Amino acid sequence: MPEGASQAVRTIESLVLVAIGGFAGANLRFAAGNVVAGPAGTLLVNVVGSFALGFLLYEARYSAVVSQRTHVVVATGFLSSFTTYSTFALEAIELGVTGGAYVGASYALGFAAVLVGRRLALLVDRGWSR
Amino acid sequence: MTAIDPAHVVGTGGAIGALLRQYVSQAVAVEEYPLGTFAVNVLGSFVLALVAFGGVGGQLGLLLGTGLAGSFTTFSTFSYETVRLWETGERLRATVNAVSSIVGAVLTIGLARWLLAGLG
Repeated sequence: MPEGASQAVRTIESLVLVAIGGFAGANLRFAAGNVVAGPAGTLLVNVVGSFALGFLLYEARYSAVVSQRTHVVVATGFLSSFTTYSTFALEAIELGVTGGAYVGASYALGFAAVLVGRRLALLVDRGWSR
Repeated sequence: MTAIDPAHVVGTGGAIGALLRQYVSQAVAVEEYPLGTFAVNVLGSFVLALVAFGGVGGQLGLLLGTGLAGSFTTFSTFSYETVRLWETGERLRATVNAVSSIVGAVLTIGLARWLLAGLG
């Protein structure tokens, strides 16, 4: 295949992977919202998604195990679509006086979840390198 | 609209939202600051507020609100990028990112509400 054509195929492949990940991520968030409704459900998906993304991206940083393709479909597509900032911000406003506590709790737990993901990535790498 | 499985409606919006997020975040990306994620989170909050306060319900609400605006914005990438800034010693930038994201989102949600009130 000519250089330009193979580049185009790679670009299309990447777009398809993002779309598939986005489809699945939005659906899982929707399903979770039907089980745990409202701000508690949004908090849950945001914290779980932050943990999973933290693990994946630190894993990619520490080792060469995570491929570029996995990165595109899971990080950019799935996990980024599974979590949401817009619903979180709108709920914070609708909560009124407790909105500030909701933002604080979401931030604290989201950042902590990334750090737990980082910790797990470190442990996994130590396990694999043994 | 005829009844389509909500999973297809949300998923289609989610796929479009994820593609748009990738496009917009790359278009405005700068070095050493997560401007792309900030942009999609603030812009997506505006779109969701238009859908929510505009009374767009049913399948169109699921497509544009839950699917598109929900997937266009991201909390996980925001969390990861903020933590990365903090741990690489860029604590001021991490704080500015965390505060400006929520302030920006709240302001654009207020703007959407104000615009719709003017129309109504």
